Amino acid sequence: MSTTTLPSTDEVWRWLGEVPDPEIPVISLTELGIIRDVGYDDGTLVVTVTPTYSGCPATSVINFEIEAKLREKGLQDFRLERQLSPAWTTDWISREGREKLRGYGIAPPVDGTSADGRLAGRIGKLAGTSNLVIECPRCGATDTRKVSQFGSTPCKSSYQCNICLEPFDYFKCI
Amino acid sequence: MAETETAVDRAALTEFLLRMGDNSLILGHRLSEWCGKSPVLEEDIALANLALDLIGQTQMWLGLAGEVEGKGRSADDFAYLRDASGFRNLLLVERPNGDFGQTLMRQFLFDVWHHEMLSRLVRSSDARVAEIAGKAIKEVAYHLERSADLVVRLGDGTAESHRRMQDALDDCWPYTGEMFVADDHDRAVAAAGIAPDPSDLKDTWEATVTEVLRQATLHKPEHGYAQKGGKRGIHTEHLGFILAEMQFLQRAYPGATW
Repeated sequence: MSTTTLPSTDEVWRWLGEVPDPEIPVISLTELGIIRDVGYDDGTLVVTVTPTYSGCPATSVINFEIEAKLREKGLQDFRLERQLSPAWTTDWISREGREKLRGYGIAPPVDGTSADGRLAGRIGKLAGTSNLVIECPRCGATDTRKVSQFGSTPCKSSYQCNICLEPFDYFKCI
Repeated sequence: MAETETAVDRAALTEFLLRMGDNSLILGHRLSEWCGKSPVLEEDIALANLALDLIGQTQMWLGLAGEVEGKGRSADDFAYLRDASGFRNLLLVERPNGDFGQTLMRQFLFDVWHHEMLSRLVRSSDARVAEIAGKAIKEVAYHLERSADLVVRLGDGTAESHRRMQDALDDCWPYTGEMFVADDHDRAVAAAGIAPDPSDLKDTWEATVTEVLRQATLHKPEHGYAQKGGKRGIHTEHLGFILAEMQFLQRAYPGATW
């Protein structure tokens, strides 16, 4: 098999674009922005993956899915590497990924609004006068409220729309 | 880097990493005890998420501790195969959950310290430490915002919630001083620019805690008495019970996987 030409990295990127996120299957791993690099080390394909949240249980499933996809495409000689730095940010979720999240009922992250641990403005947030506007993914209303800082997976918060009353997930910005 | 590390540096760095990892491991385990029985569903989910973040961070800290120590121990080996005297966590994080107010106050006092510590560690001279901190701080910023919000809400809430939060504060307070006490290991990693001297974190911790407690209409205890020992492996009786539950499976069935 040594005469087989290795697939181009572009080809591998396309394949990884077919792998859905295990928790949010409407978006792919490439749209989620967690594939940081695809390259060759001699003849070995190296896929570099960055975790979303440190304890996200999907991380090991994601690695498993990547391996399964590469094997399905006939690759044997590959390895996955974990890259912590720079830390994954929701800014890396592609534009298409964001629209797919919305279509799936998850409000996409509003860039630049991640928690920074500072307490200034906290009272404003408590009083509901924060300028963070999360649009309801169902009816588009901007009159929504946070139910909980944390949601069904580490990457989401729980919200509810005050207009159509639908509860929904917000993909929080980190 | 590895070539220039002396044995003393390695021992101090391993110790430091165990302290970071054991804090997040034991607190993460404590929080997971709420799973399925929190006051409301959203809090159940929030506490489980916090636990998940902390245990994820533990894998990174203890994983690096094993690498630096160089004796082939994995993060799992550290978590499951050390006895209480080998654990290096602050006494605060092994405190029992108590009522929701106790859990929340413990979390808030820890989060303020944790966030401040990580914000220094992102500038660590050791790139491996800096990258773990860079990852963890994004998660801990959410922990802190949440716990501070809830301390204010419940402190400045009903007479009942106020009383419980004040009791929780009075109970937790003697366990906060340990965060800022430096020993030789701390001084060694501080001198190497790997981590701050713990006493340097006190002023910012105090300022944030004071401000939030003021908003929460809670009375900050005046005394400075500090219960100490966790960082040296001298623990309260509570840790043994945590380990009994956490380690049972690996002790009874060594090497079990699934």
